[in-house]
Amino acid sequence: MRLRGWRRIAFYGVCTALLVWTVFPVYYMVMLSLVSWEDLFKPRLYVLNPTFENYLQTFTQSNYFVSRFWVQLWNSVSIALVTTAAVLVIGTLGSYALARIRFRGSRAIQNMTLFTYIIPSSFLSIPFFKLMADYDLIGTRLAVILVMITFTSPYAVWILWDYGKTIPPDIDEAAAIDGAGPLAVFFRIYLPLILPPMVAIATYAFLYSWNEYLYAVLFLSGEKNITVPVAMGNFLATDDAPWNILMTVSVLYSIPPVIFYYCFRRHLVSGLVSGAVTGV
Amino acid sequence: MSESAAAGPIAAARSERWLGRTLLGLAFCGPLVAVFLALVLYPIFYMVYMGLDWDIYDAIFDDPIFIQTLWNTAIFVGVAVNAKMFLALILSGLFSVQDRFSRVLSGLFLLPWAIPSLPGILAFRWMLNGQWGIANKILNDLGFEGYPWLVRRPTALAAAIVYHIWKYLPFWTLIFVAGRRSIPKELYEAGEIDGTAPLQKFRYITFPMLRNLYMICSLLSMVFSLGDFVIIRIMTGGAPGDSSHVLATLAYRYAFQMGNVDWAVGTFMTALPITLLFIFILMRWVK
Repeated sequence: MRLRGWRRIAFYGVCTALLVWTVFPVYYMVMLSLVSWEDLFKPRLYVLNPTFENYLQTFTQSNYFVSRFWVQLWNSVSIALVTTAAVLVIGTLGSYALARIRFRGSRAIQNMTLFTYIIPSSFLSIPFFKLMADYDLIGTRLAVILVMITFTSPYAVWILWDYGKTIPPDIDEAAAIDGAGPLAVFFRIYLPLILPPMVAIATYAFLYSWNEYLYAVLFLSGEKNITVPVAMGNFLATDDAPWNILMTVSVLYSIPPVIFYYCFRRHLVSGLVSGAVTGV
Repeated sequence: MSESAAAGPIAAARSERWLGRTLLGLAFCGPLVAVFLALVLYPIFYMVYMGLDWDIYDAIFDDPIFIQTLWNTAIFVGVAVNAKMFLALILSGLFSVQDRFSRVLSGLFLLPWAIPSLPGILAFRWMLNGQWGIANKILNDLGFEGYPWLVRRPTALAAAIVYHIWKYLPFWTLIFVAGRRSIPKELYEAGEIDGTAPLQKFRYITFPMLRNLYMICSLLSMVFSLGDFVIIRIMTGGAPGDSSHVLATLAYRYAFQMGNVDWAVGTFMTALPITLLFIFILMRWVK
């Protein structure tokens, strides 16, 4: 569709407004990360004297508020990595059963995955806290990981199953005639074929746990044990928080997800969209 | 007699295969089912069990903050989700226009979705800061007085709603762009021959074709937003004076700052019936 005349002008007007609306908060965040402590309290639309001092202080952990930055970053990374690995195992196994084996109970399993995907995660926070306290897991990364697995595996199963259904069943049958057992079919045939959606699922699980705030706040405490977002939230506990450093941490913390999203955008969007559109 | 005797072994073999397949399927789903039973079903029953005490509801419904929180949640979910969905539906048309500028825009447009919640909310919070925020600075430069955005309940809630729209508009717009692509071109071509105006095309072709998708997405987004914790927690912390809480932040306050776990359970339990209703409607639609 091509636009002419006043419609063209209106189109560009709306696009420009949308661009400013979308980018401005991000621009402002980056800008604040380059501002010195004094300039922080003189609001401007641009940086007068850009400085990398905030980044330097964060990397060398020389400010009280970022004194454990690298450990906290590692906590975030390790939780996200373990969650991703576990979700890939649970998701590929479960999706194989749903997509390739016709068995009693598969309907119930589909329903429960959908249910778990939809229920708001915070609704389970109180019983989860009790549960983790009962098993003496409060304060451990395992507690966060378990919750992350709970809320990411339904979507993983859903997407992998959706993709696995499209693989022609003749392949499995041919392998079975050749004497391959279900495990051999799973490892040698199924896994290599569903590699593309596995990339999307891994990204999804990694980012979900990387972004998690509520359960990290609930289960982790102490400067050495918390994740990056929890440390960022803790800035707000004091009135004289250095917001320029907080914005520096914000920028650094946002970089991995932004890279992931742009690299795997097509996978992520097509996975999400096919689920939503075919669901109609 | 002879027929049933012949059918016996076949039926037995068939049921044996059936049983084998079922066991195999359940084995592959084992980890998934274990997670569901231990970490979804058990916590839900645990919560319902804790929430069976009627005294809790007598107590929290006497708490004016709780009543206000119910309203806040309804306003937040109702306004944020519906405004966002409507805008997404309109904007998805914008991205259907082929243009270099809109292609560049659609790349940048994903940014809010890609950035984690906390950095975005914190940026909004500082921009809306009464003393040093850029929002008031711009107002002052234009000759208006600044406003303490996050220290008044209506504007604090509005800030949370605006952030929600900023963050999730790109995602749902993409969904509707895909939805529009799946509408058969012939419908529009037929409309063109009949001389249908653009607005009529939307009214009689696009919207009817997208209606189901629109309803599902709205309901799904509402359920997700009912449990939102991080936006209010980071944007306002419930301020001023606990007047801007939503369900999850109030429950957090009850349980972990006031040590009143029962009240927190009661808070979620109050919202559970409508949440489950929404979930079951969704599950029937998606099937």
